[in-house]
Amino acid sequence: MRHIISVLLENEPGALSRVVGLFSQRNYNIETLTVAPTEDGTLSRLTVTTTGSDRVIEQITKQLNKLIEVVKLVDLTEGSHIERELMLVKLKATGAQRAEVKRTVDIFRGQIVDVTSSIYTVQLVGASDKLDAFIQAIGTAVVLEVVRSGVSGIARGEKVLSL
Amino acid sequence: MELLSGADMLIRSLQDEGIEYIYGYPGGAALHIYDALFRQDHVKHILVRHEQAAVHMADGYARATGKVGTVLVTSGPGATNTITGIATAFMDSIPMVVLCGQVASTLIGEDAFQETDMIGVSRPVVKHNLSVRHPEEIPEIIRRAYYIASTGRPGPVVVDIPKDMTTPNERYEYVFPKKVKLRSYNPAVRGHAGQIKKAVDMLLAAKRPVIYAGGGVILGKATAQLTELVRQLGYPITNTLMGIGCYPATDQQHIGWLGMHGTYESNMAMHHSDLILCVGARFDDRVTNATEKFCPGARIVHIDIDPASISKTIDADVPIVGPVDSVLKEMLAQVKESKRKPDAEALAAWWKQIDEWRAYHGMRYETSDDVIKPQEVIEALWELTNGEAFVTSDVGQHQMFAAQYYKFDKPNRWINSGGLGTMGFGLPAAMGVKLNFPDDEVLCVTGEGSIQMNIQELSTCKQYNLPVKIINLNNQALGMVKQWQDMNYESRHAESYMGSLPDFVKLAEAYGHVGIRIEKKEDLVPKLKEALAMKDKLVFLDIYVDRFEHVYPMQVARGSMKDMWLSKTERV
Ligand SMILES: Cc1ncc(C[n+]2csc(CCOP(=O)(O)OP(=O)(O)O)c2C)c(N)n1
Ligand SMILES: [Mg+2]
Repeated sequence: MRHIISVLLENEPGALSRVVGLFSQRNYNIETLTVAPTEDGTLSRLTVTTTGSDRVIEQITKQLNKLIEVVKLVDLTEGSHIERELMLVKLKATGAQRAEVKRTVDIFRGQIVDVTSSIYTVQLVGASDKLDAFIQAIGTAVVLEVVRSGVSGIARGEKVLSL
Repeated sequence: MELLSGADMLIRSLQDEGIEYIYGYPGGAALHIYDALFRQDHVKHILVRHEQAAVHMADGYARATGKVGTVLVTSGPGATNTITGIATAFMDSIPMVVLCGQVASTLIGEDAFQETDMIGVSRPVVKHNLSVRHPEEIPEIIRRAYYIASTGRPGPVVVDIPKDMTTPNERYEYVFPKKVKLRSYNPAVRGHAGQIKKAVDMLLAAKRPVIYAGGGVILGKATAQLTELVRQLGYPITNTLMGIGCYPATDQQHIGWLGMHGTYESNMAMHHSDLILCVGARFDDRVTNATEKFCPGARIVHIDIDPASISKTIDADVPIVGPVDSVLKEMLAQVKESKRKPDAEALAAWWKQIDEWRAYHGMRYETSDDVIKPQEVIEALWELTNGEAFVTSDVGQHQMFAAQYYKFDKPNRWINSGGLGTMGFGLPAAMGVKLNFPDDEVLCVTGEGSIQMNIQELSTCKQYNLPVKIINLNNQALGMVKQWQDMNYESRHAESYMGSLPDFVKLAEAYGHVGIRIEKKEDLVPKLKEALAMKDKLVFLDIYVDRFEHVYPMQVARGSMKDMWLSKTERV
């Protein structure tokens, strides 16, 4: 099963490489990884999506917790949560295609953020499967380039991951 | 207010940390530190002949005393030479601090002379590593390094020190912090009361219980609590290779160690048990054999300080995360208070069965009239040293024989590389023990393959007068490799034969020590006695043993715990 693990990490050089190293040393999957500082400058927030059996996921959270720089973590998929990913995608848009592409972008509530005579650059935000669905709908023939941010997530309701 | 250079602060912090000996080897990036060492006499430095040996020396010291070992090396090759030693300590959770010089911070990343990214290289084999970014941080970093190395599940910590952090003329205020503050590191201080209660109920209800103890009992200094609980319950106890000495081996309730080369009775008892109380062990593959066939009828209580050790390979029914000493103490109190007593009838039947297993194999081996058997050598050593020596070993058949036939009644006396299986560990580890226990007998049981991996340390032994006794069980082969080839590759001995062995007697003499060769069976005991009588001499005993001997019992690969070879011809 796919899990979204959210980690508060000391904002120190080397901390990120320890997290990434752990995944390769122990043969765990990383599907996406995002990391950025938080409102508290001493902490980074890292989100990793991974897949594995229950035993593997339990090991991943335990091993992450063992890293000295990991302050706290939560497996967001254990409760209700919001997940978002941002995608920038460059699409071929010429002739009759141009209107068709625009229509599909609108259906997915994307925004065209840059235009040339032959290209639309589109921004899309949503859960990862929505972004996948967009690519499928538009067809790989018109897709020139894709950049995805990786997943960020947060728990619903009162739950807060903080010190 | 005291102003010190980074180098002086480093040495002063070691002194304030209570460090007496450090083990190391100098070089460019560490020279300011070596100069600071020279100008004081609180912290003493032992100069090895290869950095790997410095780490094993610190490791031997740590295993024998339970304290943190300390190593000092230079950058680049000095640092990379420590990696095998660090990995050895990491796998066995040995507390250690390794201080590495580094090129000046202004040169890092430029492929400077003797620059290696030691933080990156060591990352997978350390509990943690730290680098110094300002000289003023040094006391805090040192304090933190020792704190992390020694608390929770212990392990090695590397500190990377760029040369410009130790510049002699740049002085800062020296303050050794009283306390360590780490918001993200809080090892468990006690086990969960509800879980402990559940565990006690299960223990008292068991009909075929086994207590399975590991190195965590020794590291957690809980042998007294364990022994008391085991005696109170009257249950059988087995332990891992790393747990040897956590309970007296000569006691009736002790059924030997378990796993790949464990006793017949301990592996049989584990397989047929209905309850396993695992204390400070980690169900590793050398214990469990095939995990899907592991102890089918057993429920499992698992106590460990490291939550990640629990349910990693074998699921625990009752996990208890906490320091083993306090958890065992609490369990003992509850066992004593409980109205429920162990089921005497079931226990008697269980012991009857175990004693039958014990009688069936009993660690038998075939003796011979002329060839010396390796097992006999160990048995003789055990008798001649009253079972009280510190015994270090290398890796191979000799290691297994030493662990099987030397009966350890005390913890911290059996010192081997269990997790990583590092050949070359034995001699430097013995040196680290001898330096700190000059009045005790320290034996290094080794093989002619392993000893050559760090034989240069005979020179260090001369310099510091470390009269260890080296017991070289010379079977003229990489015996353990050869055994596997005999059993799995139709005796095709690919590269397991060591031709052109040196004359170890002359070699020992060349280093200024005593060498004795033993080839005849009748010479064995007299010559061992002669060697042990030379209290102030390092004696290298080159003992020619049966070249064809195998270690038994041996679990059948991919089988359950009870599937074993008991001799070359008997499989159960
Ligand atoms: C550094 C290292 N290299 C290789 C091995 C694999 N290995 C395990 S036992 C062994 C043979 C050891 O030979 P020896 O020291 O003579 O001991 P014996 O088994 O003959 O008693 C080898 C090569 C190892 N454990 N460590
Ligand atoms: Mg050999």
